[in-house]
Amino acid sequence: MRATRGRARLTAALSTLVGLVVAAAFLAPIAWTVLSSFRPAAEAAQPPLPPWPTRGFSLDAYRTLDGFSGGLWLHAADSGLVAGSTVVLSVVVSLFAGYGFSRYRFPLRNTCFVLVMTTMMVPFQSILVPLFILLTRMHLQNTLTGLTLVYVTLQLPFSIFMMRNAFDAVPREIEEAARIDGVRDLRLLVRVLLPLVMPGVATVAIFAFLNSWNEFLAALVFLSDESKFTLPVLMTAVRAGRFGSIDWGAVQAGVTVMMVPCLVVFLALQRFYIRGLTAGAVK
Amino acid sequence: MSATSLPTAATAAAAKPKDRRRRKRRDLVGLLYVLPAMALVVVFFVVPIGMTAWMSLHNWPLLGVPRFIGLGNYVRMWSDAGFWSSLRFTLLYTAVATVAIFAVAFPLALFVERPRPLGALFRTVFFLPVVVGFATASLLWVWLLNTDSGLFAPAFQALGFTPQRVNILGDFGTAFPAIVAMVVWKVAGFTMILLMTGLQGIPGDVVEAARIDHAGPLQRFRFITLPLMRRTLGLALILCVTGSMLAFDQFYIMVAGGPRNQTVTAVYTIFNQSFVSFRLGYGSALSIALLAILLVLSVGQLWLLRDREDAR
Repeated sequence: MRATRGRARLTAALSTLVGLVVAAAFLAPIAWTVLSSFRPAAEAAQPPLPPWPTRGFSLDAYRTLDGFSGGLWLHAADSGLVAGSTVVLSVVVSLFAGYGFSRYRFPLRNTCFVLVMTTMMVPFQSILVPLFILLTRMHLQNTLTGLTLVYVTLQLPFSIFMMRNAFDAVPREIEEAARIDGVRDLRLLVRVLLPLVMPGVATVAIFAFLNSWNEFLAALVFLSDESKFTLPVLMTAVRAGRFGSIDWGAVQAGVTVMMVPCLVVFLALQRFYIRGLTAGAVK
Repeated sequence: MSATSLPTAATAAAAKPKDRRRRKRRDLVGLLYVLPAMALVVVFFVVPIGMTAWMSLHNWPLLGVPRFIGLGNYVRMWSDAGFWSSLRFTLLYTAVATVAIFAVAFPLALFVERPRPLGALFRTVFFLPVVVGFATASLLWVWLLNTDSGLFAPAFQALGFTPQRVNILGDFGTAFPAIVAMVVWKVAGFTMILLMTGLQGIPGDVVEAARIDHAGPLQRFRFITLPLMRRTLGLALILCVTGSMLAFDQFYIMVAGGPRNQTVTAVYTIFNQSFVSFRLGYGSALSIALLAILLVLSVGQLWLLRDREDAR
């Protein structure tokens, strides 16, 4: 009896140990890059053994990166602007659409909903060419606005699905009560219902942020002006040595700048992120 | 009596169509709510799909007038060695990456599904790379894999595994496994979470009954766990396969399709034809082909993993 309990405890300890080792392996590349980015310029080309700065903490890598093209902050602002606008627009458009699909029975409602959902099955990589032509005709090619509109559209099927479910879960009695009190239409949606579907909004916002902040191919194709490059496109140019010889310190700094917002957003709002993931899975 | 009842009957008769009209108008407000979303989806998704099909029937240069050539692009695709080799590589990559991802994600899912000390921490850490972008992860790993400034080549030399620093990304035989390793690191957590929700959906009493019937852990896994999570498994598989079939970022950023164009994927070919050579019509035809292949793969997988209720 005591022997089996002892063995069970040993297996538990062993599996925790294995878990810690695997977790360290998953964490290592991230930690390695962040630590290495604070090495002085003289060490930037050295192998990261050890990764932490041995000759004092330095921001050289970030300074070098800031010297490329329009500077780090301009491109971070480009990325931030695109991601921020994608978040706001995705939330607003899918909030309205989710409300409309959940609460009204208008002609072609089901057709519209099915149409939006089927676009989820078509990868956007296969419509890049016409998107490029369309954006050119609309004078939106090589603009952050055009890129944002494409990102919002790519977010919509998932976002509308999330928001419609969120509204479906709100009891209709709440609306009836608000209507009797004389609150209607937009005011009803914003003042009464928005607080109730906030978890759905959070999920939509997180996915919109991560996907637009990280997207590479569309940004690479649609942005030709160097000053408009989002961070992934800029960093690819840095890594390809387009601004002189490859500076690995700058690459580490750029990777850190791109990673940290994603990690912070995820760690802060993990609950809503996983909810969105499993909601898609249950469907 | 009749004088008082007559107006009431009249208002009742009049109220009905008025009510219906009001409801109809209320319903049309719903159309207004979904209008912005529908406009975006139609302009930036439905129209482009139609345009892809239309453009694929043309010789469509970036500047100048498109010329209708019927199925010319598709005929050309048939004898385009570059297209076939990229398709072969994409399928190879998809097969290898999918197996590798599941081989890592399934044990991780079984590990985090059970309540254990530090369980939440493990789940979070395994998932962290998923929220890092594919381009970011590629840039991170291309540095780690660099011959002189990276981590692996100098570390392998220092540990005595290799006589000198090896250019891991310089040879297909080492570059391909290295990129697959990067993808597994980046994606396994996602598949893990999906599989975990599937595992949690398996009723405990079924597993308990099998245990009482002396089914071993492997038997329980094969005959209870796997069949009961077939739907989740199917979803995870489809997401993994379609994601891999559309791979681009890692091969563009890490090896630029090299060494010797051996890692050019299908999307990479579309990108090259459309936005490097500016053969927009041919790029569209390639897109349609890729779309068709993806649809066939998804339908095939759904069919393979279909509920066999009727057969039982």
